[in-house]
Amino acid sequence: MTAFFDVLLGGVFHASVLFLVAAGLQLVFGVQRIVNLACGSFYALGAFFGITAVNWSIARGAPPWTFLPVLVIAGIVLGAIGPAIELLLRTVYKRDEAFQLLLTFALVLMFQDVLRFFWGANPQQLGNLSMSYGKVAIGAVSFPTYNVLVMAASVAIAVGLGLFLSRSRYGRILRATAENREMAEALGADVRWIYASVFTLGTMLGTVGGALVVPTSAASLDMPVELVVEAFAVVVIGGLGSMRGALVGALIVGLTRAAAISFYAELEVLAIYVMVIAVLVARPAGLFGKPVE
Amino acid sequence: MSGAVPQRRGLLLAFVAVAIVVLAAFPHIAATYYVTLVLPAFAYAIALLGFNLLFGTTGLLSFGHALFVAIGAYCAAVLSSRVGVKSLELILLASSVAAVVAALPVALLSVRYVRIFFGILTLAFGMLFHSFLFKFYDLTGGDTGIRVLRPTILGMDFKELDKTAFLIGPFYYACLLLAVVLGVVMWRVVHSPFGLHLAAIRENPIKAEYLGVRVRRFRLLAFLISAFYCAIGGVILAVNTGQADPELAYWTHSGELVFMTVLGGFASFFGPVVGAFTFVFLKSELMGLTQYWRFCLGATLAVIVIVFPRGLMGLAKDASRKAAKR
Repeated sequence: MTAFFDVLLGGVFHASVLFLVAAGLQLVFGVQRIVNLACGSFYALGAFFGITAVNWSIARGAPPWTFLPVLVIAGIVLGAIGPAIELLLRTVYKRDEAFQLLLTFALVLMFQDVLRFFWGANPQQLGNLSMSYGKVAIGAVSFPTYNVLVMAASVAIAVGLGLFLSRSRYGRILRATAENREMAEALGADVRWIYASVFTLGTMLGTVGGALVVPTSAASLDMPVELVVEAFAVVVIGGLGSMRGALVGALIVGLTRAAAISFYAELEVLAIYVMVIAVLVARPAGLFGKPVE
Repeated sequence: MSGAVPQRRGLLLAFVAVAIVVLAAFPHIAATYYVTLVLPAFAYAIALLGFNLLFGTTGLLSFGHALFVAIGAYCAAVLSSRVGVKSLELILLASSVAAVVAALPVALLSVRYVRIFFGILTLAFGMLFHSFLFKFYDLTGGDTGIRVLRPTILGMDFKELDKTAFLIGPFYYACLLLAVVLGVVMWRVVHSPFGLHLAAIRENPIKAEYLGVRVRRFRLLAFLISAFYCAIGGVILAVNTGQADPELAYWTHSGELVFMTVLGGFASFFGPVVGAFTFVFLKSELMGLTQYWRFCLGATLAVIVIVFPRGLMGLAKDASRKAAKR
């Protein structure tokens, strides 16, 4: 029974972080039609920058418990690189998808060395800070409070994002642009601004995700390329461009991975990809995607 | 590429002939280090000729073709160090059969999709194989992979040569021969009615279907041929490094395949070959210059994508057109 709860909680924790990155990927794909391979790089950047920010704030005398808000702020601040990268991507909006994908691959390569330049080649950790929040115990099962907070934060972001996209004026314009760019533009939507802001928001989701995960696991240079693989699995299972899909996909991938790791470690990534292929064969557009061609 | 301009085709043939002569003489005129660089360039050139049949000619972008390169490499490894088959010819044969057999289910599923979905699905298959290689330590040697022993060529084992001498001697010429033969075969394929069908599918799949082209079957065939070429490239890579490791199947390696193809120019027959040689030499030079070579490669790719989407061959064509006008 304990093993079951470990898998459940571990899986949901992983899923909540994956959801943030996948949501960013979905948002950018939904509006700009670009599959961003660099989403993993944003995630890793958030993780490394989060460590630096927390160390900096503690060295300045901030009490240790402030590390969670510091991480969130660090992630949001890093979103500032979004507009600059969007400017680069702007050159290929009208090109074939192959070029768009390749340009984001170029970003992956470049960010790999940006990380190496600022933080070196060795993995970095944030020590034991996450345990300073203590543990939550339900019966025989105990679980770090920090992980619960991250799950709550992820749920809050999911709900907020959902309300924002469905209810706010900006959200409506954004969805209209995703549906039909020319029409939205003809009706007076400022598409350039929308693209820049959507990409920034997508970047921010990735960097905040990375910052939130770093107290529980080390930040390393393998992070970006490894995460992309899982984020891709999430969006393919959920359906490209769908927010609900990102949520369900993240839960499926997170739980599958957690279950595989505790029962048969060899199957970790294999299980995820068997899932991906099964979904694609049975439902080509993913669980919540629009039908393709 | 059209045959309607015999003058330009003559020029092209002359270029190719010169390139082959230079490559044949290369081990005798260049430093050993550069000669050893030509081997991976041969490998990638062959792999990319196949890859570009799918990408440039048929219009399907795969982000998982490193899978087939890895199959070639692991076949060479398993055959040479576990089964004891040393003959290069047998290894090439077995690898290409294995790659085509493995490609069949992958292709059957993947060619139902186009564009980004095709790319993601092929990436998924590539990563599936990577995690198999990585995690099943007993079978595949895990992250260290399997050693590849020196093969015999046409029954000769060249025992008197040391490792480097073997690689830049007999093996170099075997690779050159392979590259030329497979290049000629690919040229025939691309310019055959079959190749024209593929190009028609790229230009307008719906129209092609109306005209009676069996779109999926042709995409499938192009996929199988590309897998075959990639496996041959994989064998050469593995013999050259003496090792088959899981990184060969990783998605970033697939990304490098696409990178090379676009660098050389996917719209041109020889683009991938030019891309393979340029990439291998560029990467090695950059690695010697700075530890931040990935950044430089990424920046190069970004510039190519944004400013020169037709790659080096596109640049060369523009230059020759300008010269002709003058």
